[in-house]
Amino acid sequence: MIEIISASRCISCNQCVSVCPTNVFDKVEDGIPVISRKDDCQTCFMCELYCPVDALYVAPDAEGPTQISEAQLELAGQLGGYREKVGWGPGRTPVSQHEYMYQLAVKTSF
Amino acid sequence: MTVAEQARLDLEADVLVIGGGPAGTWAAITAASSGAKVVLVDKGFCGTSGATAPSGTGVWYIKPEEELRRQAKESRFTLGGFLADNRWMDRVLNRTYENMNKLGDWGFPFPLDDGGNPYRRGLQGPEYMKLMRKLVQRAGVRILDHSPALELLADDHGVGGAAGIRTQTGQEWSVRAGAVIIATGGCAFLSKALGCNVLTGDGYLFAAEAGASLSGMEFSNAYAIAPTFSSVTKTAYYKWASFYYEDGSVVEGAGSQRGRSIIARNLLAGRQVYASLDQAPEDIRPLLRIGQTNFFLPFDRMGIDPFKDKFPVTLRLEGTVRGTGGIHITDESCATAVPGLYAAGDAATRQLICGGFTGGGSHNAAWAMSSGSFAGEGAAKHAQSLGAKSGTRVLKGLSSSVIAGKQGSQTAAKSAEFVRGVQAEVMPYDRNLFRTEQGLQGSIERLDGIWSEIRNGSAGRTVEAVKAREAAAMTATARWMYNTALQRTETRGMHKREDFPQLDGSQHYRLLSGGLDRIWVRAEKVEKEAALH
Repeated sequence: MIEIISASRCISCNQCVSVCPTNVFDKVEDGIPVISRKDDCQTCFMCELYCPVDALYVAPDAEGPTQISEAQLELAGQLGGYREKVGWGPGRTPVSQHEYMYQLAVKTSF
Repeated sequence: MTVAEQARLDLEADVLVIGGGPAGTWAAITAASSGAKVVLVDKGFCGTSGATAPSGTGVWYIKPEEELRRQAKESRFTLGGFLADNRWMDRVLNRTYENMNKLGDWGFPFPLDDGGNPYRRGLQGPEYMKLMRKLVQRAGVRILDHSPALELLADDHGVGGAAGIRTQTGQEWSVRAGAVIIATGGCAFLSKALGCNVLTGDGYLFAAEAGASLSGMEFSNAYAIAPTFSSVTKTAYYKWASFYYEDGSVVEGAGSQRGRSIIARNLLAGRQVYASLDQAPEDIRPLLRIGQTNFFLPFDRMGIDPFKDKFPVTLRLEGTVRGTGGIHITDESCATAVPGLYAAGDAATRQLICGGFTGGGSHNAAWAMSSGSFAGEGAAKHAQSLGAKSGTRVLKGLSSSVIAGKQGSQTAAKSAEFVRGVQAEVMPYDRNLFRTEQGLQGSIERLDGIWSEIRNGSAGRTVEAVKAREAAAMTATARWMYNTALQRTETRGMHKREDFPQLDGSQHYRLLSGGLDRIWVRAEKVEKEAALH
């Protein structure tokens, strides 16, 4: 479930408020968005992908909240990790055109 | 909130598309390219909503060579219980081939094969749906995000629009349209299967309220393998899994294909099953990591090495999202029996291309983009045939329960209670995966009880109505599923009857269903000339 909006990174662009398919976030006047309906989070990780400054963290546990701090995540280098793997962001190449995609298909039935 | 924000939003269009996943977006761009004025409404956000966006999927993309096509059609025909239709398979294979090539032309970043040509047998969801949103906007379609439909609007001549609410502002919306395409996806009953919590069967309910039928609702018991803690459902990768008990001994016969039942029976008996992808050869492990980046995300974050470690697994309900039941379509334009109403993607039945079993994403992806574009063409044509008359129609809302005022008896808490009641009938493996006459009858009785409470209740025409209608849609969906499953006294496709474990040749038909307070089910013949063999 969505756990963290990093106050030090967030630029209040409200992309997450727009893109969340289950409308978990709320905009805040003169502030950063808040997680208002965490129970509706379906752990799809889409908000993380669309965050331009890697300020969000969705914990892998879909069934309940996880105790984790921003400092721990920074340490583990996990903020923005998914976006990097998908190849979104300036100077990155989308993973969808990675040569392994084709090689995997050749070696398996995918 | 300003006065302008509070005012209603009333729009007119030729075609209204409800749902902004693959089927809805293909429907919208296709209708717009025929010259229709199109509005697309999405319950969430067109581009991230639905089962496709967060995931990667194969696509049933087969070169137009006779032998390759023959094999492709043959591959799941038996698994699907001989209910697919040869002509529809041909149409969908043709249209998917065309559409995937278009996606390449429009800039989808496909990988290259050894000869340097784009390899087009798969799509990465985030990339695909980001592109589809851009194409929809470029086509001049107006998108309303966070704008679930609550009901269709109709008159004696058929469907003429829909009305709903914008969840981020509370503003009511309505769109009058010559034709409406339902592309709301299937129903996974809020199981948190990846991306599926917006898929609550809303479109089935809308269609039934308008008088349309459903087809194949017994094929609605898809379950995906997932780590117990995780939303990531990617059963295909478990073909490299070994399954273990807690003491490390092997679960004999368990597997991702036919061995899913064995996992279910163990879980039912209270024995936790663990998986490890330890059968994946070393050389393909890095490729698998790239092939489905999201599959590894939860493991990496939990510090689990899925190729070495054993992790607990469960079977998460995917319902009709990976089932094949849905709205019955009556012609090649994906029309329903109700004038002006069309269905596409998982909202429509997929029996036509894969019978009673999908076995994975590639057929679903092909169906979404094909049926979406068929429906887009059909709906645009229908709307254009109405001409100027459509503007003067007197339309009324079709919701089967009352949606009015600022507050109703069905509060958010009440809706949540109904949903838990439905989930208790459709999630347990011994009710839905393994079906029996007695079990189905018990469930139907309890579901009928929930339905009559909903029918006698009311919801305010506010954001609370969204959850109220979702609860109604899930209740109705479960009732069509189980009434149909009760009628099919055999095992075929994914539908398993414990009391009738064999396929019965005399039941080689599709089952239509419908109705609200009283559910009806009847057989529809599979045309002989449409069969593969």
